[in-house]
Amino acid sequence: MIDQLSWKVGGQQGEGIDSTGEIFAMALNRQGYYLYSYRHFSSRIKGGHTNNKIRVSTSETRSISDDLDILIAFDQETIDVNVHELRDGGVVIGDSKFNPTVPEDLNVRLYSVPFTEIASELGTSLMKNMVAIGATSAVLGLPVESYLEVVEEIFARKGAKVVEKNMEAIQKGADRFNELSGGQIDGFQLNKADGKKRMFMIGNDAIALGFVAGGVRFMSAYPITPASEIMEYLIKKLPEFGGTVIQTEDEIAACTMAIGANYAGVRTITSSAGPGLSLMMEALGLSGMTEVPLVVVDTQRGGPSTGLPTKQEQSDLMAMIYGTHGEIPKVVMAPSTVEEAFYDAVEALNIAEEYQIPVILLTDLQLSLGKQSVEPLDYSRVEIRRGKLDPKEELPETDDKDGYFKRYEVTEDGISPRVIPGMKNGIHHVTGVEHDETGKPSEVAANRQKQMDKRLRKLQNLRFNVPVVKQAPHKEADILLVGFNSTRGVIEEAIPRLEADGLKVNHAHIRLIHPFPADEMRSMIDKAKNVIVVENNATGQLANILKMNVGQHEKVKNLLKYDGNPFLPSEVVMKCKELV
Amino acid sequence: MATFKDFRNSIKPNWCPGCGDFSVQAAIQRAAANVGLEPDDLAVVSGIGCSGRISGYIKSYGFHGIHGRSLPIAQGVKMANRDLTVIASGGDGDGFAIGMGHTVHAIRRNIDITYIVMDNQIYGLTKGQTSPRSDVGFKTKSTPEGSVESAIGVMELALTAGATFVAQSFSTDLKELTSIIEAGINHKGFSLINVFSPCVTYNKVNTYDWFKEHLVSLSTIEGYDSSNRMMAMQTLMENKGLVKGIIYQDKVKPSYQDLAHGYSKEALAKVDLNLPEEKFNQLMSEFM
Repeated sequence: MIDQLSWKVGGQQGEGIDSTGEIFAMALNRQGYYLYSYRHFSSRIKGGHTNNKIRVSTSETRSISDDLDILIAFDQETIDVNVHELRDGGVVIGDSKFNPTVPEDLNVRLYSVPFTEIASELGTSLMKNMVAIGATSAVLGLPVESYLEVVEEIFARKGAKVVEKNMEAIQKGADRFNELSGGQIDGFQLNKADGKKRMFMIGNDAIALGFVAGGVRFMSAYPITPASEIMEYLIKKLPEFGGTVIQTEDEIAACTMAIGANYAGVRTITSSAGPGLSLMMEALGLSGMTEVPLVVVDTQRGGPSTGLPTKQEQSDLMAMIYGTHGEIPKVVMAPSTVEEAFYDAVEALNIAEEYQIPVILLTDLQLSLGKQSVEPLDYSRVEIRRGKLDPKEELPETDDKDGYFKRYEVTEDGISPRVIPGMKNGIHHVTGVEHDETGKPSEVAANRQKQMDKRLRKLQNLRFNVPVVKQAPHKEADILLVGFNSTRGVIEEAIPRLEADGLKVNHAHIRLIHPFPADEMRSMIDKAKNVIVVENNATGQLANILKMNVGQHEKVKNLLKYDGNPFLPSEVVMKCKELV
Repeated sequence: MATFKDFRNSIKPNWCPGCGDFSVQAAIQRAAANVGLEPDDLAVVSGIGCSGRISGYIKSYGFHGIHGRSLPIAQGVKMANRDLTVIASGGDGDGFAIGMGHTVHAIRRNIDITYIVMDNQIYGLTKGQTSPRSDVGFKTKSTPEGSVESAIGVMELALTAGATFVAQSFSTDLKELTSIIEAGINHKGFSLINVFSPCVTYNKVNTYDWFKEHLVSLSTIEGYDSSNRMMAMQTLMENKGLVKGIIYQDKVKPSYQDLAHGYSKEALAKVDLNLPEEKFNQLMSEFM
């Protein structure tokens, strides 16, 4: 019996590869297994090789695995591209329709199952996915009934007959596999899972759910990979709460419309990826200058320009910290797990309103799109804090000669009282031009300095819960591994392997990218002989930020990957050993 | 009840003496009072350029944004609080050059705001370059040999983009301009009002006298029917776009807010933000 295995299904895009993986994973998730998936896909609707790799485990896992146990192939290309990933003795199940073959020099077992033929006999070749799932069940030794609940839910609208046919397809796939293999094959039977209920979701789902829970009632956005799921979820859910989503003409409109709506008092967000964020840069400056709260999600993907739109990368870091001309206070936060993505989405809204600043919620493609098992979220941790805004407040008349409210009053903490349009005695002016306390344009030098200092002062006392996730058992470590966003899982998986080789390894995962938690990182770096920064980019952006804020350049080493794929645990282990 | 004086503040506009924008400012103040608004019911959102300063010269909530983006900001304000009256305003460069993408989409989206363009066919604040409204042959700093690009027929374009309210006026006709702005505010949907507002410093061709000579008032055209889109288009083309009055109005089509699925009748800015625990658990269970 085993505790974890990796399964992959591949074929042509548009052939139902995703849904095959989805049904397989959902059924196992219901039994309490931990799932973690990685989708390989291209920027096209139909055609081209695509695959979905799913790791199944009896304990929590947040990384793809180095190798593969089972490969389901709907075409020969899937075998050609992926067969070398299979472990010694791994299984390939191919549709007999294309006469699958595997290289003779590999020790893998090939089973040719008539996916399409069985499905067609049952009425439609579309059900070939179900036949493949049935064959998988036979390998794993899972009863076919495990799928019944999921199949019923998916096909309920199409009627009992369709549910029955699909279940029959699964059964036939299992039966045919057993005939071919001559009974159960060893080495693929999973230990029983804990049976607990968990969600099966992507990071973008968690962010979108966080926004709904955190009081977002309007969104303006433009579709882009890998951010669109956030918009799609809010399009579905916001109308239940009176809210709505506008799909704008471009990202400039998305961002400025969100600024207009936040100014008028509604928690409004926008989400995009690198190309969209590039277009939003001027608007981010407007938010900073006018002190209108704003939350923008940047789901990083491969850059520059259109780059690798469907691939993993973490190369927007510098742009998110420094992007926009001039100097504004800004917060850049980077959740490292799907759970954190949910809580951070709520917190981003609070920080934006409390400090009246733009907040970038940074993710990466693998965190945004990697579907995985997630423990139920804690409702009691969701709170809405609006800072110095009370829309129901009755304001006194002001002493300004025009009756203008001091929206930009210079205060000790730099944060001014905030009012929204419609409030009596709250009239003020808002402008991206330098302005005085009532918002009227002013180029007076002394005023400029006061307002600039006031704005920048806001972040001096930023309260941020857990800016760095630390796993630091060693007072003197050989290696401190540093990362952000989705690399957390792969680093956590590499550490026990490095320790098994006698290395003492600490881990710091940075969740608050800007303002940089320099003190916290300094104490971690002081305890380490080597600092290895693991990041999916070519120039070592996080390492550079670390050096800039903390120094100790001689200790800091780069561990980079920028070929579009997430790190594998073995890569981190191997390169760490090379570096020390 | 507020009068137009309640929409004034003590700031002296930085426009040149004789600038057409003074009248536009006065017309907005009068129209706001005439339709029964209080200053805190009104939000004026403006772009960048000489005319963009207008949000600071009217006593109301004012938002002076970035170049070309007054419309998305204004639409965001309206979506957040449908109880507010929202006026977007700016120049022809702001609305028809850098912001043209937003203008066309705001027209077809039909959110209930009023967009007033102060059209002087030139870039004034940057000291005299060509605008997308400049005529062919117009000489400016950026077109020393005369512009070779065609001017955009914005009224015609608005009609083809699905506009529900299209009007044009001239800044010296304070009475007519005021009544058109009132009609625009009262219109249930997006209203586009293009106002010829001469630049006395940099545009020596399209002057007050030039407009007086060339503009045709729709009230003088017998049988003109502003609910007839075909007639509106034909009249514009026959007069090279140089007409004034309400060119077209569709009084039937509902606004975006009335069509948006599930969108709250109560101003969004006033709804409770808290999600009940039961609802939260239901949303979580959808992922299980």
